[in-house]
Amino acid sequence: MTIDTARGAVPDATGHFGSFGGRFAPEALMAALDELAREFETAKHDPAFTAELDGLLADYAGRPSLLTEAKRFSAHAGARVLLKREDLNHTGSHKINNVLGQALLTRRMGKTRVIAETGAGQHGVATATAAALLGLDCTVYMGEVDTERQALNVARMRMLGAEVVPVTTGSRTLKDACNEAFRDWVASVENTHYCIGSVMGPHPFPMMVRDFQRIIGVEARRQCLELTGSLPDAVVACVGGGSNAIGAFHAFIPDESVRLLGFEAGGDGVATGRHAATLVGGSLGVIHGMRTYLLQDEDGQTQETHSISAGLDYPGVGPEHAWLRDSGRAEYREITDAEAMDAFSLLCRTEGIIPAIESAHALAGALKAGAELGPDATILVCLSGRGDKDMHTAAGFFGLISEDRGGTSGPAGREGNAE
Amino acid sequence: MSAQTAYDKAKAEGRAALVGYLPAGFPTRDGAIDALKTMVDAGCDVIEIGLPYTDPMMDGPTIQDAVHQALVGGVRVADVFRTVEAVAATGVPTLVMTYWNPVDHYGVDTFARDLASAGGAGLITPDLTPEEGGAWLEASDAHGGGQGLDRVFLVALSSTDERIEKITGVSRGFVYAASLMGVTGARTAVDTGAPRLVERTRAVIDKAGTGLPVGLGLGVGNGAQAAEVARFADGVIVGSAFVRRLLDAPDLASGLAGVRALTEELAEGVRATR
Repeated sequence: MTIDTARGAVPDATGHFGSFGGRFAPEALMAALDELAREFETAKHDPAFTAELDGLLADYAGRPSLLTEAKRFSAHAGARVLLKREDLNHTGSHKINNVLGQALLTRRMGKTRVIAETGAGQHGVATATAAALLGLDCTVYMGEVDTERQALNVARMRMLGAEVVPVTTGSRTLKDACNEAFRDWVASVENTHYCIGSVMGPHPFPMMVRDFQRIIGVEARRQCLELTGSLPDAVVACVGGGSNAIGAFHAFIPDESVRLLGFEAGGDGVATGRHAATLVGGSLGVIHGMRTYLLQDEDGQTQETHSISAGLDYPGVGPEHAWLRDSGRAEYREITDAEAMDAFSLLCRTEGIIPAIESAHALAGALKAGAELGPDATILVCLSGRGDKDMHTAAGFFGLISEDRGGTSGPAGREGNAE
Repeated sequence: MSAQTAYDKAKAEGRAALVGYLPAGFPTRDGAIDALKTMVDAGCDVIEIGLPYTDPMMDGPTIQDAVHQALVGGVRVADVFRTVEAVAATGVPTLVMTYWNPVDHYGVDTFARDLASAGGAGLITPDLTPEEGGAWLEASDAHGGGQGLDRVFLVALSSTDERIEKITGVSRGFVYAASLMGVTGARTAVDTGAPRLVERTRAVIDKAGTGLPVGLGLGVGNGAQAAEVARFADGVIVGSAFVRRLLDAPDLASGLAGVRALTEELAEGVRATR
């Protein structure tokens, strides 16, 4: 069953994970949020809805995704590493799991248009894809900075028939794209569904997106048992808003022996202030409709974030992660840009898999966890997406393209240093 | 002083109240104070001072620009209180309109205390609904003298009667009826659903017998629209149109002249009918 939530006791009826989450939203959206919560509750118990979603996940998105044993990468990690291959889904990331569910809900609610925010473009591409499939109009908001560093995904979305709106306000990244999507939604809510791409926003989004993404962990848990005969010692994922991580973690929450490790974007290092590691370096507050940890200054103004990964470049985090952190069930740490890019390169060269830079943070986390847990440990890594979209960034970082780096053929250059 | 005092006074004069908004720190810290005092002098009955915030989710491009300018200029929460103090000293009820995180981060009770001691009347909270407002409901009772601080929540065209009842039940000062589904910014016409929303809201208030006034905002930008709104609402709330006068002015003096002229036009509008 795709969206069974029997193993999760949170959130409460008004969307609180402990003291986190809730609904800090304009009154104009309350009716739509109530409608969405009701519709989702009905739909997940409606066999016709779940059958249609399961059918799309299997025959369109390509689920179940594979579990690949990464033997050569494991040698570097010093532990047995298994990769949950969300990169092999249609559109190249885990985002499709959530988007297909929300697109079906959109149609069920009689709405004809979806809007979305996107950082790296993975969620935007997935939304544009589902909109094309179901015949919905689609507008995607994307920070102008991100439209530049993820130009390929902008082209993909436009090919799929979506309107892509570059957002030029604020820091011109993911958080500003969220603001703009909310502004659109307040004015268009009658015929439009805001297809939020992560486990964030006002209730019921964090719960609903989790329920659509938890299939990652449900499959991986079964696959790991089949392959190894036991549960993994740790489940590892990258955390921006946190949807692939919640998806990977959720089925394992009751398995107390399994450590849940989330890796946030450490940018240049949390100590430098140039990072997006919300749970490591943030404080309590309210952003984008939810109470959670966020990066803010002493006046409660949102701080600018930095990450080489557009998809993790966000100053908030899903409220369930805040709750998992405070309850001690999951641990969150930072991975710097440089550590992520090392792991990116390593997976390419040891396994022939080019990961998304977001997912490379999880891989770098697995290398650290392996060193701690030792050779007998099994580490399940959520490989949330593929890295085709990141070739421009990677080429610049490693100096792979002649115009950037005078014809260097290997990973010689780091952080602009050619030697 | 509660904003309701000003609404009651306007009502006694057979007209609607004029409520004017500007963000603190825009165009500068002192310029904002000058502009707000000009608005009071030229006929605003209630003042809303915006607390500039990095992520103004409910604001259109005009207020976004102003707030951005204020933040780039280094405006701090302390400047907001200073602005409140200067404007409240004129004797006009002065509220702060703010997104929730800056208050949450400051500490809800501490914020209420400092707002009250600056002479502020209360808060307008566009992204806080009563469901998440427990701490604010307590703090607004604890500070602001015997009657407490005003707590202005919003009702929208999409609000059910049940929600309107819940919202008006905890609102104090007035209730803010959002005249359209959308963000802030002047529009060419007042949404046709607005009179119906005010009517529905007033029906709920009449049943409860609290006499809570209903102010209508979003989209009102000139005297004719103010007159139209004054026919059915207790108050006319104008924000972006004031900001626009200052944004478009080549210098502060001409900006202030523009703000004065607009205030006079709107003040005439709220007196035009009835």
